Amino acid sequence: MGLLSSSVSINRYYVEGKIEEPVLDTVKKGLVKHSFRETVDDPSNKNTGWTSFNNHFNPNFNGSSFVIDALFVFSLRIDKKSVSPKIIKKFIYVETVKRLEESGASYLTANEKKAVKEHVIDTLFLRMPAVPNIYDVVWNYEKAMLWFFSSNKSANEALEILFSASFNQSLIKIFPYSEADILLGLTEKERDLLSFLSPTNFTG
Amino acid sequence: MMLDVSLTYYRYGFLGGEFLTWLWFYIVNTDPNDLFDNKNEFLEIGNKIVLERKANNAVEKVTIKGKDAGLEEGILSLKKGAVVKELNLLYRKEDKDWSFTISGESMGLSNLKTPDIGFIESKKDIEAFVVEKIFLYESLYILIDSLYKKFIKLRVSASWITVVSDMNKWINS
Repeated sequence: MGLLSSSVSINRYYVEGKIEEPVLDTVKKGLVKHSFRETVDDPSNKNTGWTSFNNHFNPNFNGSSFVIDALFVFSLRIDKKSVSPKIIKKFIYVETVKRLEESGASYLTANEKKAVKEHVIDTLFLRMPAVPNIYDVVWNYEKAMLWFFSSNKSANEALEILFSASFNQSLIKIFPYSEADILLGLTEKERDLLSFLSPTNFTG
Repeated sequence: MMLDVSLTYYRYGFLGGEFLTWLWFYIVNTDPNDLFDNKNEFLEIGNKIVLERKANNAVEKVTIKGKDAGLEEGILSLKKGAVVKELNLLYRKEDKDWSFTISGESMGLSNLKTPDIGFIESKKDIEAFVVEKIFLYESLYILIDSLYKKFIKLRVSASWITVVSDMNKWINS
């Protein structure tokens, strides 16, 4: 879901620590090193990388193309392949019959069944085009805040992993406790009190 | 900074539900003119409230949808001990409207619609539109953070007992 869409979902992250100076170059290097690369002969079902906000299918991080108004704006692309279990079942049956005819045996061993399944899955995934999913990212380096335009759990996990690998910094998800602890500017005393809280019973 | 995310996410998971429950109470029990210093700002409950009650290892979830969502069915769930898990809100500032759903578990926003910024006619417009959209999202986060700060300041203060008593009266009224 793109940041310019009419309806969006946003999760916020706090970026812990500072990255190596000059910041622009370091960010660019991280984006380029982990940019999305098309694969044609990969049977894996998932491919992840950074891509340009304004050109999802041809990442280009030249110059300051990923900078808008002092913000880093880019996208996370996750391509996923999926094959219906019913299709897999059908092709396992076809392959099993073929192998039994070739060998003249009346049944396949457990290892042969496993090999058939792996062969069928690899073959199907190789033939199946991946579905691209694009999630926009806005990183306010000065405020150490990052907005991720998706509430999808696996996409958020992929973001956290790729961000850490690219920039050597951790993302701390903003949730009720972390927001109170990090963003609200509470006093030390208030933060201490916060850590001792337990649930309220509103009807007691 | 050492924050154990996985531990605090669950250990203090109740904060988000309490915040949204308090926010509902705060919105409906405060004169709309007193919610903000700026008299051209308004906040109201939107078209969806999700409540959740945990009892005996079971989770009961109630979703109320529709205009002016909530009230009777929602209050009934609160009476049984539920808290608000998701709340749809409408925010108006001057002549601009935002609608969004906030999750008590993650503080994430969904179904967020900002004031209209027109149509992108050429690639040259994109940067300006991005800047405008980010400004509109930022405006909403300023609101959310200020409301959450108000809640947390109350929550860690001695005044919280009075707030809970007032909320109890509202729930049972």
